[in-house]
Amino acid sequence: MAETDSASPVLDATGVSKRFGPVVALHDAALRVGRGEIVALMGANGAGKSTLVKILTGALRHDGGTIRIRGREGHFASPAAARAAGLVPVYQEPSLIPHLDVADNLRLTRTPREAFLRWASELGAPDVPLDEMTGRLPLATLRILDLARALASEPEVLMLDEMTAALPTDLVERVLKVVRAQADAGRSIIYISHRFAEIAAICDRATVLRDGATVADLPVEPGVEEKIVEQMLGAALTPVVPAAHAAAAVAAAGPPRLRVRGLSVGPRLSDVSFDLRAGEVLGVVALEGQGQDQLFDALAGFRRPDRGTIEVDGTARSFRHPADAIAAGHTLVPGNRADALLMVRPVRENIALPLIARPAKWGPINMREEAAIVAEAIARLQIDTRAQGEARRLSGGNQQKVTIARWIATGVRTLLLFDPTRGIDVRTKRQIYGLVRDLAAQGAAILFYTSELKEIQAACDRSIVIFNGRVVDEIAAGEATEANLMRAAYGLTGRDHAAGVPA
Amino acid sequence: MSRALRRNGWVLGLVVLFLALLAFTKAIQPGFGASGLESLARAALPFAFATAAMAVVVIAGGIDLSVASMMAVASVTAAVLMQGHGAGAPTLPIVLAVLGLGVAMGALNGLLVVLTRVPDIVVTLAMMYVWEGAALLILNAPGGAADPALRAIVLGPVTLPFVPAAWTAWLPKAVVVLAVAVAVVWVPLKRSRLGLSIYAIGSDATAAFRSGVAIGPVKVAAYAVAGLFAAMGGLSVTMGTGIGEPIPGPYLLAAVAAVVLGGVALTGGQGGLLGPIVAVFILRLVRLDLTLMSVDPNVTAIVEGTIMAVVVMAGGLIALRGRRA
Repeated sequence: MAETDSASPVLDATGVSKRFGPVVALHDAALRVGRGEIVALMGANGAGKSTLVKILTGALRHDGGTIRIRGREGHFASPAAARAAGLVPVYQEPSLIPHLDVADNLRLTRTPREAFLRWASELGAPDVPLDEMTGRLPLATLRILDLARALASEPEVLMLDEMTAALPTDLVERVLKVVRAQADAGRSIIYISHRFAEIAAICDRATVLRDGATVADLPVEPGVEEKIVEQMLGAALTPVVPAAHAAAAVAAAGPPRLRVRGLSVGPRLSDVSFDLRAGEVLGVVALEGQGQDQLFDALAGFRRPDRGTIEVDGTARSFRHPADAIAAGHTLVPGNRADALLMVRPVRENIALPLIARPAKWGPINMREEAAIVAEAIARLQIDTRAQGEARRLSGGNQQKVTIARWIATGVRTLLLFDPTRGIDVRTKRQIYGLVRDLAAQGAAILFYTSELKEIQAACDRSIVIFNGRVVDEIAAGEATEANLMRAAYGLTGRDHAAGVPA
Repeated sequence: MSRALRRNGWVLGLVVLFLALLAFTKAIQPGFGASGLESLARAALPFAFATAAMAVVVIAGGIDLSVASMMAVASVTAAVLMQGHGAGAPTLPIVLAVLGLGVAMGALNGLLVVLTRVPDIVVTLAMMYVWEGAALLILNAPGGAADPALRAIVLGPVTLPFVPAAWTAWLPKAVVVLAVAVAVVWVPLKRSRLGLSIYAIGSDATAAFRSGVAIGPVKVAAYAVAGLFAAMGGLSVTMGTGIGEPIPGPYLLAAVAAVVLGGVALTGGQGGLLGPIVAVFILRLVRLDLTLMSVDPNVTAIVEGTIMAVVVMAGGLIALRGRRA
């Protein structure tokens, strides 16, 4: 092979196209990555990002266009071939085998162990249990180990898909530092993320996909965020208006919709109390694993609390089954869409499921009424129904809209949103914020946990901060700057007022 | 609980259960001794090989309903080839040819599953009939012969030079044959990247694909190993009875039962071969005990099914408790 000219790109894809039956996923996608460069690959859900990534990493074959690797035309017949050629991906879903221990996973991919351990420790996971089944490790650890394994194989091109999703903040910083250092050392990196702060921090260029084609290739500089969003949407859009809705909607009269006192679930959640009123969006801020999962599990009826009370409209309730929580008006939208949807069933059935789930309603279904309710929910959420025959064929953002739509169709009293915008594009996120505000305005009470601090300001009236299983702070919308939220999330409550809940 | 103990806890539990059953057998039948153990082992041998075959495929995330039919093909092929040779038969080449035939049958199963993308359970159900027919074409009624020297390999207790016979009387040859045959195939396999790949595709096929595992060839290899174990099972039938059996024995469902009881999840990626093989002996011993207690054979089947359900459920509860703690 000829000596690589530093000006010629390591990876150069142009005019890439791919169809799935009648659906055109890509028709003119291009991506160029030079040596030592970090290129952000951006695009709304359904723009063709995942398809392009799959083609580049050998999981799919393209129909047209050329892909050049170090100047030579070619494509990878399989992920194994892509790895062998030096293109190593780290996917959102960790590709470690759950039933093998860490050491066997390394052997499977012929990853040198010393290099792996060095990278793991560099990335903030110093004590890797090599003999532990990977299926028993928490998601954040798995993602770090997946990245460490990719780095240990010394890839020429590293493809990172939402690498910082599901990571706590301290690990995010380490990952960004390591990735930037890798680029400075001459490796090329394709960086897929929805987080503009990270892109601004480490990326050199941003390539934007829209509707299956590359529409822009922008240098990352101050102010590039709005340009990228414009390109992703195909139209200029107004910036997010920080919640001007504040406490206005909160009516003080009567008992709150939901009153939680001294709730304790398992070892993680030790003592949580708060009130949630009708018409209010209450944000929940917490670093990874502070007990928020257990809080939502208990409120949704998945787990029984060890101590504490849950009162709905002034009456104490105990949930033995999710159906009890649903009957009390609690509806959960989990972050992981696969937990909520029947992936091989049509969109229509998914939305209508809560209407027919209770044994009392097992009789004949009024199809006309059902169709009307479903159609209304689809229209209201602007769900893209081109692939409505099977929920799994929808893009991630549209799947999430379906999980919300089913509860809108049945009418919602208390909505529990657990990181509902995880891995979703900006446009859909904004639609979801709007929807959350609309539902609150109509009298729903909404509890909103998010791993993205910006969303608190965009959607919530106030927020509680959970640290180490306890509510450590309560922050009103006006004060919910990222800096304030971040300090509180780390348990640094330097401010005067304590958790604003009576004991 | 240490990780090693947690990992092997299921197998240890099965061994304890087996020993308890042995003690129980001795209690209800004081005459039960070396010879009882020997006949138990010999009867269990084809079941154990069928179970090993099934376990490998299930670990790889599939299922092979043609195990018993492949055993029949191997059994009749061996018996027909050895017929008429008397003591001077070219036994070793015949055994190797039958083992090769098993690998080929298994590989064909695997190829069909991979190439047609029809679910394993459908393909191997079809192949179950195909191999059954093939066995009957080769030999349309039980018959043929087995080299007496070959039969002697599994008959009676182990005898070693310079070791008093009393010391080895309790160890049936069949157990040694089983241990050696399974270990020779499985131990090197499990330590190889192919072995890890078999676990990987059963555990999470997408993650395996993304890790660079070639799913298709690994699946074919898993079925081929199953075919190899099935051929060993067929040979063990011929060695045990001295003739070829063209009608498949009751090995298929017994193998699925032992695999489940042995800690191999039907969802794939979990367990090993030791647990299922211990489970085979447990199930055989339960049957023997029920016969010794002169329980109605129909009730015996109910008891076997109940034991399986209870043990697997108890295991599930223990695993659940371990996760919460």
